[in-house]
Amino acid sequence: MIGRALTAGNANGTVLKLDVPLSFWGGVDLHSGAIIDQSHPRRGAAIAGRVLVMPHARGSSSSSSALMELARAGIAPVAIVMQRHDPILVIGSLVAAELYGIEIPIVLLGEADWDTLREDEIITIAVSGDEAVLGSA
Amino acid sequence: MIDLAPIDQALLDGAHGEASARAMAILMRYGQAADATRFVSIQSAHIDGCLYHGPSSIDFVRRFVDLGGRVRVPTTLNVAAVDVTHPEWHCGPAELIPAQSELTDLHEQLGCIATLTCAPYQRMLRPALGEHIAWAESNAIVFANSVLGARTDRYGDFADLCAALTGRVPMVGLHCDENRRAQIVVDMPTLDASSIARDLYFAVAGYVLGLRAPGQVPFLRGLPLDSSEDELKALGAAGASSGALALFHVEGVTPEAGKQAIDDLPVLSVTPDDLTTAIASLCPVGVGEEVAAICLGTPHYSIREFRTLNAALVDRRPAPGVAMFVSTSREIAAMVDADPAFAPLRDFGANIVVDACTYVAPIVRRADGAILTTSAKYAHYGPGNIKRRIGLMTLERCLRSAELGTVAP
Repeated sequence: MIGRALTAGNANGTVLKLDVPLSFWGGVDLHSGAIIDQSHPRRGAAIAGRVLVMPHARGSSSSSSALMELARAGIAPVAIVMQRHDPILVIGSLVAAELYGIEIPIVLLGEADWDTLREDEIITIAVSGDEAVLGSA
Repeated sequence: MIDLAPIDQALLDGAHGEASARAMAILMRYGQAADATRFVSIQSAHIDGCLYHGPSSIDFVRRFVDLGGRVRVPTTLNVAAVDVTHPEWHCGPAELIPAQSELTDLHEQLGCIATLTCAPYQRMLRPALGEHIAWAESNAIVFANSVLGARTDRYGDFADLCAALTGRVPMVGLHCDENRRAQIVVDMPTLDASSIARDLYFAVAGYVLGLRAPGQVPFLRGLPLDSSEDELKALGAAGASSGALALFHVEGVTPEAGKQAIDDLPVLSVTPDDLTTAIASLCPVGVGEEVAAICLGTPHYSIREFRTLNAALVDRRPAPGVAMFVSTSREIAAMVDADPAFAPLRDFGANIVVDACTYVAPIVRRADGAILTTSAKYAHYGPGNIKRRIGLMTLERCLRSAELGTVAP
């Protein structure tokens, strides 16, 4: 599967698929990497080390800080796959790479391709330029 | 491809210093991800990255301070993680106070003004219709776009400071005419049809708007023609929390509503039941439940909201053990403190929190009991942030509950 890479990096991980979008700030515990949004159906799930798949992002402009603090602490997702561009997660990913050299590729897929990704599936993501190749591990 | 203007190239080449060059390089990649074809100049910036989230917050700003950076446009700061003027109220980790002070200080070294408010639009000077700005903080973004008609995209932490250090942003998103057009008509129940008190109506209307039309630019019908800035502030903050609302138009009210072409747009009808269901979801507390505190000012209270609260507090006292916290800017707090007319507010024992907000800063000392608020944003984020039971309700019911010490009917 080919997606559009908004930020650079390669990743390999297990899919955590959220049907309901998540706000990183206020929605994720920055010390544990667990979803803490009380209204989120996947509350308690861990995003650390996962390929986070959600339709789009949501909420606060602090989500870029939240993503970078998770990266610094080593508990960020390894990649984020969405259907819509989100500038706030993009800047968080760019700055995590700039400051800490931690690359968290943010990838866009069309809805049909996005739908095929399954919870707990292990996938690889390889980014070259603005192209991301997604495959089964 | 981004077509660089001479100033963009000069920034990249380091003609305006190494800090601005690094910021511009980040903005280039940021702009490419958004398919930008050019940059545009901004008139002001509002920085959200001054709220301490952890060591990475400081690492980022220090990099630019070390490079001798200086902001190139008037730049204000959003709320901080703690009210450093009231350390005695701080119930969180002690190390948060020096960490936050350092982060604020680093921003000031870059030339930012330490306003430390999430409502920069309540200051004397504010953006004009059509002006390009780079604001972060979701409620400030939606207010600037919708109520002032200024133009800001949804800037997150870091993008805001890069914009301030360069005075340039990619010409994408809500900076562009085509993205400011309404995409969906939303028929809200009128205030009368909803049978909901006026202050709660705007909060919940915004919350449902965000849930039902996430990420879209809605054209709202049915809202009162005399909707006030404070009411639109509550609506926008709620919608930004529930669904990334960044621009809305209100028929007959907001500055860009009149030029919207809505005839061919899809129509979404919100029912009174939708609103009451949303209120129930944001108010899980029950009548008779113990109350720890009333928390107001999310977003920061305006001077008009203080006057309304003050009038409602005349001859009232909270039950023992119930505290009231009202968050606002240092500027507005100084106006309240200096005005003898606010005696009822002081007599009630209301605590005015500055720099921060009680849904982020650990200030409510009493560990048991519910927190009541008029803010849908507070009710949305509070449970996760501060691990408390939160109830959304009208100001009048908040105050009755404060008097009783338990959630009033």
